[in-house]
Amino acid sequence: MTLIGWAQIALVLGIAVIAAVPIGRWLAAIAEGRLGFLATFDRALLRAAGVDPAGQSWQRYLLAMLAFNAAGFALLYAILRLQDVLPLNPQGFAGVPPFLAFNTAISFVTNTNWQAYSGEAAMSHFSQMAGLAVQNFLSAATGIALAFAVARAFVRGGLQQLGNFWADMTRVTLYVLLPVALVAGLAFVAMGVPQTLDAGVTATTLGGAGQTIPLGPVGFQLAIKHLGTNGGGFFGVNSLHPFEGPSALATAFQIILQVVIPFGLCVAFGRIVGDVRQGRALLAVMVGFVLVATLGIYAAEAGGNPLHLAAGVAPELGNMEGKDVRFGQALAALFTATTTGASCGAVNAMLDSFTPLGGAIPLFLIQLGEIVPGGVGSGLYGMVIFSLLSVFVAGLMVGRTPEYLGKKVQAREIKLAMLAVLVLPAVILGFSAAALNIAIGSSSLANAGPHGLTEMLYAYTSAAGNNGSAFGGLTADTPWLNTTLGIAMMLGRFAYAIPVLAIAGSLAAKPRAPEGPGTLPTHGPLFAGLLAGVILILGGLQYLPALALGPIAEHFAMIAGTTF
Amino acid sequence: MLRPLLSLLLGSTLLLGVAAPLAVTAVAGRVMPEQAGGSLIRQGDRVLGSALIGQNFEGDEWFHPRPSATSTAPYDASSSAASQQGPTSETLLNAIRERLGDSRNVPADAVTASGSGLDPHISPENARAQVQRVATARNLPATQVAALVERSVEGRELGLLGEPRVNVLRLNLALRQLR
Repeated sequence: MTLIGWAQIALVLGIAVIAAVPIGRWLAAIAEGRLGFLATFDRALLRAAGVDPAGQSWQRYLLAMLAFNAAGFALLYAILRLQDVLPLNPQGFAGVPPFLAFNTAISFVTNTNWQAYSGEAAMSHFSQMAGLAVQNFLSAATGIALAFAVARAFVRGGLQQLGNFWADMTRVTLYVLLPVALVAGLAFVAMGVPQTLDAGVTATTLGGAGQTIPLGPVGFQLAIKHLGTNGGGFFGVNSLHPFEGPSALATAFQIILQVVIPFGLCVAFGRIVGDVRQGRALLAVMVGFVLVATLGIYAAEAGGNPLHLAAGVAPELGNMEGKDVRFGQALAALFTATTTGASCGAVNAMLDSFTPLGGAIPLFLIQLGEIVPGGVGSGLYGMVIFSLLSVFVAGLMVGRTPEYLGKKVQAREIKLAMLAVLVLPAVILGFSAAALNIAIGSSSLANAGPHGLTEMLYAYTSAAGNNGSAFGGLTADTPWLNTTLGIAMMLGRFAYAIPVLAIAGSLAAKPRAPEGPGTLPTHGPLFAGLLAGVILILGGLQYLPALALGPIAEHFAMIAGTTF
Repeated sequence: MLRPLLSLLLGSTLLLGVAAPLAVTAVAGRVMPEQAGGSLIRQGDRVLGSALIGQNFEGDEWFHPRPSATSTAPYDASSSAASQQGPTSETLLNAIRERLGDSRNVPADAVTASGSGLDPHISPENARAQVQRVATARNLPATQVAALVERSVEGRELGLLGEPRVNVLRLNLALRQLR
């Protein structure tokens, strides 16, 4: 670790936090329907689309969300299967096979962007642009719409309505995601990311050999991939590809894009509920987790692999297997912490080749529930769930009925919150254990020993957490993994969102309870500390046995000089 | 519910999936044709490669890039790939030992496979360690080759971001001009 490395981390994270303030204010304005000069256009557009912007009950909001996502899945599945007869297929790729198309369509609709294919070898330009990238926008907008609905539950005393899904989704897409993506896409091209409809060029290298260089409309897709915390790469190696991460500046810009909306939604939350300090407390917890995780990854990776150092590798550059030179260990660590904390899942360093502890941290960040800072929208509503659990735990300690932001938190909310929080460990641990114990699962492993266990655990963690990053050695394109990972992604997204919306509906219907002397303030350092503790204990503790068998065992094996 | 669903899904596919990327492609192609087209390096009609994509160089007379794990051959740009070997992998340790040979204290990037398999850069230390071999093979004074390496070192971006590095293709192109 170097001082200049820390300066890079501080600068990039600092810019992200500062940029989150104006974005958060704009998101709050959209959630509250304060559209300014866009209001006339907005009315006309919604009318043309047949949207009645009146408020919806939580059930209707949920139904609209599920129907829209199901239709999006069907359309994307069809595009992938039929890409050989659709336009813009200069590479002449065949249609995507059924299991892979199922997995990929689920993956992009749930904002996971797990990829069992390699983009430059499987996806036509049309599939990338009109199929995958469209869901990059819509899945992100879906998440933010859900966050709006949850935030509104705390302002509407006695109302049954959470807003309108169609209006929320459309406004977020058109007034936030699209304009930022257009500007960021062009900025990426300026940094060296290709944006063309050509299939590629064949170069004749200095050595005289041929080199086929694939190209495509990468820049624009790259922008929404990060802004929407999607993470699905145009190329197989994602943001490590020199066309998808051409420079340290580009990687820094990607880091900022992938956290700015999750951070910004905290700011928006504070404004929507009428107390900006509430948003700040959530933001502080998120930034704290990101910083600690970055420190851990940076220390582990910059320290190098003792087995390799003993063989004669110089220690200065740290562990360079699976990393490119241009980013450096500091930005690789910050990128890794933010992409796994934020449910983005893009990578600028190959996690499978991280040191055991360096790889355990991104794994654990996803397992905490994708809330620090979490995906766009899902991060905020996940944090609200954990805030409810925190006030409940505090209420138990002092024997009072807990309340959060003026709403009494009662048995129904806590039961639903626990239901949501338990989806993740059930899916992750259940599927991982099954896959490791049957040959059609375990035959996909690339690495032996405890690292193999981590590889499989990471896959289901990433799928259920809707992250999408991978320990990439795993051969994921098999019917078993395509199917079970697809189911894990679906459960992680929708089996979580349903109880969350039910909680929002139930809280929205409650009258505002006046603050009393027994009310726990939820904006100060005391609450932030409590929240962080509850996230660690309720979110993380159940994974410790699995982590002990995987990365922790491997760490001690490595120190002892054991290889597998 | 059917009308908003269909109109918003199809409308957004046309806007976000067709109109917007085509507009960005048109603007980028007009304003930044070099970058939009893949930062290609040409010599006459011949495309030598991309400044951003590494190439394989073998033989003592060239500076060597990092080991590459792309599948059919090193630096196969049509299928980017990493080794995906874990930290306690016997396969990886053996590969590193083989690349090290009898050398010790070797810069890490010289004996580890990059994440993309297409890393265009090596560390300045790695380039310096190759100066003597290249100079001998080309019958050039080592000081001249060393000076070229120093001129080729790119500093941190904006003076802060990333790491100092040397673009191997550009270095070898410049190397051809030395005499």
